[in-house]
Parts: sequence; C-alpha cells; structure tokens
Amino acid sequence: MIVALSIFLITVGSIAFHFWSPWWWTEVASNWGNMDDTILLTFWITGAVFVAICFFVAYCVWKYSYKKERRAEYKPEDKKLESRLTWATAIGVAALLAPGLVVWNQYVTVPENAYKVEVFAYQWGWKYRLPGEDNILGKTDIKYISDENPFGLILEDPNGKDDLLVDEQELHVLKDRPVKFELRTIDVLHNFYVPQFRGKMDMVPGIITYYWLTPTRVGDFEVLCAEYCGTGHYAMRGRVIVDEEKDYKKWEAKQITFEKMLAKNKKNDNLQLVKKEK
Amino acid sequence: MSDEQDHKLEAKSDYVADASSVSSPDIDAVPAAELPDQELYHSHSWWTTYVFSQDAKYIGIQYALTAIGTGLLGLVLSWLMRIQLAFPGLGWLEPSSYYQFVTMHGMIMVVYLLTALFLGGFGNLLIPLMCGARDMAFPYVNMLSYWAFVVAVLVLLASFFVPGGPTGAGWTLYPPQAITAGTPGYNGGIILMLISLILFVAGFTMGGLNYIITVLQLRARGMTLMRMPLTIWGIFTATVLAMFAFPALLVGCLMMTLDSLLGTSFFMPAMVSLGEKLTHEGGSPILFQHLFWFFGHPEVYIVALPAFGIVSDLLSVHSRKTIFGYRMMVWAIVGIGALSFFVWAHHMYVSGMNPWFGFFFATTTLIIAVPTAIKVYNWILTLWRGNIQLSLPMLFSLGFIVTFLNGGLTGLFLGNVTVDVPLSDTYFVVAHFHMVMGIAPILVIFGAIYHWYPLITGRMMDETLGKIHFWITFLGSYAIYFPMHYQGFVGVPRRYFEIYDSPYIDTSTLLLNKFITIAVLIVGAAQLLFLYNLFASARLGKKSEKNPWKANSLEWQTPQMPPEHGNWGKELPKVYRWPYDFSVPGAKEDYIPQNQPPSEIIGAKVEKT
Repeated sequence: MIVALSIFLITVGSIAFHFWSPWWWTEVASNWGNMDDTILLTFWITGAVFVAICFFVAYCVWKYSYKKERRAEYKPEDKKLESRLTWATAIGVAALLAPGLVVWNQYVTVPENAYKVEVFAYQWGWKYRLPGEDNILGKTDIKYISDENPFGLILEDPNGKDDLLVDEQELHVLKDRPVKFELRTIDVLHNFYVPQFRGKMDMVPGIITYYWLTPTRVGDFEVLCAEYCGTGHYAMRGRVIVDEEKDYKKWEAKQITFEKMLAKNKKNDNLQLVKKEK
Repeated sequence: MSDEQDHKLEAKSDYVADASSVSSPDIDAVPAAELPDQELYHSHSWWTTYVFSQDAKYIGIQYALTAIGTGLLGLVLSWLMRIQLAFPGLGWLEPSSYYQFVTMHGMIMVVYLLTALFLGGFGNLLIPLMCGARDMAFPYVNMLSYWAFVVAVLVLLASFFVPGGPTGAGWTLYPPQAITAGTPGYNGGIILMLISLILFVAGFTMGGLNYIITVLQLRARGMTLMRMPLTIWGIFTATVLAMFAFPALLVGCLMMTLDSLLGTSFFMPAMVSLGEKLTHEGGSPILFQHLFWFFGHPEVYIVALPAFGIVSDLLSVHSRKTIFGYRMMVWAIVGIGALSFFVWAHHMYVSGMNPWFGFFFATTTLIIAVPTAIKVYNWILTLWRGNIQLSLPMLFSLGFIVTFLNGGLTGLFLGNVTVDVPLSDTYFVVAHFHMVMGIAPILVIFGAIYHWYPLITGRMMDETLGKIHFWITFLGSYAIYFPMHYQGFVGVPRRYFEIYDSPYIDTSTLLLNKFITIAVLIVGAAQLLFLYNLFASARLGKKSEKNPWKANSLEWQTPQMPPEHGNWGKELPKVYRWPYDFSVPGAKEDYIPQNQPPSEIIGAKVEKT
C-alpha cells in the first residue's frame, strides 16, 4: 500500500513541480522560439507516457500484492499486444523526431541576408571581429598571431584590412537582422552560448564553426562558455547587447579597423624604440 | 556431434512439455556429457584461495569489493563538489580542485565502479552458476583480469599524489585542453589516467573473453541460448559490446599519450596555449571525440544491459510470474546492443562536426527508443496480474522502473537534435545521465546484492535496515535529480565551479542548489547503512534456507549453498526448461526449477520454452 501510494505521489508530485515550480526557461530573445515549441511537444508526449506507466505500476503493486493462496497469471507472451505497443511507440517517436528535424534544418541553413560576425574565443575570454565595409572577413592563421596582430589576420589578404576588431568582452548585434556567428578559437574548445538565444555550437581550434539567429528583442545578455575549457571555464563570461539600428551604428563607429590598429601598433613600437634610444 | 545431441534433447523435452499428461519412463534418461568435464585448478593455500583466486565466485566478490571501494571515493568526491556548488561563499575549494574532483568522480563511477561491478562482479559470480558451468573457461586469465583491474585502480589513485594532482579535464578528456596548460594535471595526472584506462581495457579484455566463451561453450546440457536467464543475456551482450567499444577508447588513449609525451599531433591542431604557440599542427580534436563516444555510447549500454537483464529476473522471481515476452526481451537486448554502435555522435550535435550528421544520428537515436520502450512495457506487464512480494529486491526494481523511465524519457529530449541545442552542456544533461545510468543501474545493483547475498554468504541481509536504505536512496536521489533538470531549462551550464549572480539566474535557482546538496549528503550517508548491513550480515544475518526466494535459475540449485569450488558436486546439472516457469497452472508449487525434469511435475501445463 505504502509503495503503491509513494509511486502515485511521486508521479503527482512531479507533475505539480513541473507546473508550479519557479524554474523555467528564460524569455526567448531570438527566432529560435520553435526550439522551445519542440521541447513543449516532447514534454506533452513523454509526460503522458511517464504518468501512464507510473500509474500502471502503482496500480499493479496495489492490486496484485502478495497473497499466499493466490497464483499469478501464467502468460509468457502476447504477440498481438507486443506488436501494438511497438507500433504505438514507433509512431510516438516519429511524432517527436519529425518537427525536430525540420527545425534542425533551419538551424544549419544560414539565410543569405545574414551578416557575419566572428566570435573569437581564447582561454578565458571573448573578442569579436566584424567584416567592415566589404562585408568579407579577412583570412586568419594562428601563425600570424602576435602582440601587434592579436587576431592573427593574414597581412597579405586585402579583405582583412577594413575588418573591425572588437578587443573587449562586449558585442553589439542588430535587432531583427539575421546574424551568422563564425566561431573561432585559438586554443582549446569553447562554446558561444547566450541562454536567451537558445543557440549553441562548439568552437574547435583549426576549423571555423557557425550558427545563426535573429535577435528579436532589445536587451543586455550574458555570454557563457558552454564547453569545458580549463580552470577558468566558469569565469569566461561576455556580453551581447541587442540594439536598434541607431544605437548599433553609434557602437560600430567606435570600433577600429585592422589597418588602423596595425598603424597604431607600429607607432607605439616606434615610440618605444625612440624611448629606448633615448 | 554435440549439436546433434542438443537438438535431440530439446526436441524431447519440448515434446514432453507439450504432452505433459503423458508420462514416459525414459524421459529422465538424458545422455551424459560426452565432452570431458572441465579440469579445475584446486587451491592449496590461503593465498591461492583468497588472494590469487582462480574461482570465478571469489573473483567476482573481489571485483565487486574493489569496485565498491573505489566507488566510495567517487561518492565522497561528489559530496565535496556539491558543497562547493551550494555554498560557494565557503571558498574551501580551488577551481582546479573542483575540476579534478568532477573528473575523477565521473571516470570512477562510470568505468571503475559500474562497468567493473556489473561485468567483473556479477558476471563472474553469475555466469558459471547460471549457465551450469563449474567455472569460467579460463580461470587463470580470469585471475589476471582482476589483478590488472587492481593495478589500473592503483595507477588511477596514484594520480592524486603526483605533482599537479589528478587530471581535471572532465571525464570525457577532450583534447586539446586535457593536455595543455590551462587544465589541472595536464602533464602528470592525465598521463596516469590514460595509462590506468589502458590497463583497465587490457584487464577487461581478459575477463570479457572469458565471459563470452563461457556463455557460448560451457552451458549445461539443455541450456539453449533461448533458455538462458535474461541476466546472462544482458551481461553477455554487454561484454560483446565492450569488446568492440573498448578498443576505440584504447587507441584514443594511446594516441593522446603520444601527443602529450612525444609531441605527435593526432588530436592537436596548431594552437596557442596561454599566450604560447605550441609546436603541434594538423591534428583533429573532433577525431578524439568520435573515438571517445564510439566507446562512450556503447559504454552506456555496457552498464545498462546487465541492469536490464538483472532487473528482469528480479521482477519475475519476486512477482512469482513469468517474465512477459521473453523472446522480445532477448531481441530487444541484442537490438539495443547493435544499434548502440550507430548513435555515438548524438553526444556531438554541437561539437562542430558537420551539422548534417545531426539528421542521421537523431534518427538512429530515436529508433533505439523503440526496443528500450518494449523492455519497459514488458517489465510492467510482468507485474500485471502477478503475485507481487514487496521484498527488498522488488522494491529496488520498482525504484529502477521509475528512475529509468524518467531518465529514458529525458533521453528523448537530448537525442532529438533540435531539442538538444538549448539543453546540451546544461544541468539537464547532468540530471539525465545521472538518472538513467547512475541511479537506475545502482538501484538494480542494490536489488541484486540483496537478492544474491544469501547465495554468497548463506545468510540474509537485514530487512529493516534494507528498507530504510531503500527509501532514503530512492526518494533522496529522485529529489536530487528531478529538480536538477529544471536548472538546465533555466540555462545553468554544467562544469561551472561557481555560477555567481548571473543576470538571467534567479536567486531561487541558487536556493535549489542548496536543497540538492543537502539531499546528496543525506543519500550519501545512507549508504553507510548499506555497508554496515553488507558486512555485518555476513556474521549476524539470519541463516538463509536453500533457494530462499524460490527461484528457478540454476545458481540456486547447487548441492551446497553457498556453492563450493566447482559449483556442482559430482555431476553437472541438466536443464529442462527456461528459468521463468512461475505459477504454472496445475503445478504443485508456484515455481519449477530449470533442472526439474518433466517427470516430476506431471500435470503442470507448461508452455513450450
């Protein structure tokens, strides 16, 4: 009796917790609200199965608890029942899978009008690079990384000259414009994750990975690293600020191009040389 | 020749079972084994009996005790981590120690506790007994297997004492961070971890070959494959999986050792490490992930399949009912085992591999849900119209059904590639895999220990202590992991030493962390009750009668209980039926042991098995 009752209460308690606990996802801030929908669909289907099976177990334990004089039913198989259950499960699973694959297709297909932003990860922090006027990100190579060229742009690539370099933890993006994050790391694995955006992708040294989204509301969001990257993993936080066009332009105007940065670094070097000579 | 004999025997007993009312004088006259009986090593001294034992039963107990001892360390590590998470203000752990504890906890629990306990422990104890063999096929290799495991454990523990401490790379050991300077133990601890794993795989291969060959070659007369207890099917299939999966881990470990010690670049691309350019170039970190998960996913089933098998037997025995849909259960075990090699990259949806793989692996992953669901249905249909004894093994089995169901269903979230994107690398994942491959199999382990304890010691474990242990463990661990899923929905990332006051995280989420930690401390402490019960009952426990649960499988039918060296006395048992003939209509008792000949149960309406 107690056992059956406990299983019953655990099930009811789980449902109650699901609907009335304060812990639920953050308000979505990108176009990936359909990921939330697939989660809800999964919740309804799996939740129904969970409740049905737990209640069934509780009922069996209550109804068929041991009596010395009673014999259990002798029924090794029931082909019909087994095949019905198999098909019902297969259909349920297909119902979960199909919408998932549709959304995944959207997730990995970047719209053509998306503008690009490079997210640059290192142990333990973030930098960003925008393509500049030509809309093309210059090529990069680990070998080129130096104090003067912290992003490792290939000096010979003309496309890189007008790239805007954001050497701080904070990135601004435009509201309602699809953006493709090109993800690059110079050391270990990282993952660019903003809970409200839902999207996620590991950054792998040696290759450029990507994902895209369209921010849907203005706001200030925390960036977390979502792939373990060493002792400082938990402290690898940044910020993404979603702006309307006007504010975005203001921020963009403050960023410097690669060409200017090189010149500035050179000037600093010359100054230092001058100082040393003195 | 022996095959022919087998068929003849099967046909004969089937015929008898069908026409059970017909009695025939010669049905007990089964031809004797024409193969010579297995020659056994007989120990002569204390050392060869208890330390370097070649008796599978002792080796099983040795495996189990070593695994449980190592697992206790894993448990204590989880306490330390949880205290840090709930009370970050105490400042008693460095981030580096936190990550080292996370890593060691994970690896110990998955490999050195669960794998070793299910296959090394229960496999050794039960395979020869349940199959009706005198011992494993190769007792000496079996002994070496155990001692290789011991050395692997010692090397693992030694990593706590090397400069830099054990590795803090996370149990997945992903390069490049596992062997570069930003990770604790990157040049000492990680090497010992890799060597320990290599030793474990070597030792396990010796044991695994034994389990497979014993099941295939040394079954008693009449024990056809389709009459084997599901416990043996589970352990057997899991061992086959391990034989295919562990080599991937082995080469992964070897390659990473070379990358670290000799400067090769299997997994290491050109990169900068804390401001310094490394000499590696051209390697692929994702290659390691493929190797790791090609091992790692079957590993989930290496732990789960023995648990599936054992829990099927416990449910059947303790509800006095045939397991429902035995053949379906066997094919589900085999099917899950085969499919488990085609789903590995569902751990890598957001790893940066080609995103188009997502379609394939999401589909295969959800397909594997079908045979798994069949198993759940058949367990609960076994309870239906049963005669359910709420003994300790039954309680733990019921606990398993609830937790496994919960953890299995959340697997449908993570396996479905789109749903995985927001949830991966959050506490939802942590909650899912602890529920499904931590709590659920461990509840089966407890049930199995309470069930087979009399077979090992001849005494029963204390029922009251066992019940207290069950309720705290079952309710407590549900209270730990069920709410933890919701932290994942909020977006709390896993492997965070401290979450701080992130703007998107409510203070109530931090409060939930405290609640979970308190539950962890209580559940962990309750295991002391179990340990006390385990050791004290060997002396103080109530003497058990022979076959105390009135089970059918062969391990309870040995001439002595506990069984002696060689298990079966002079003559090997003969098997006439499957192990699930419970509550057969017309039979006097509600169980018919596998070795009971049809002539002794005339009138029982047994279906063909």
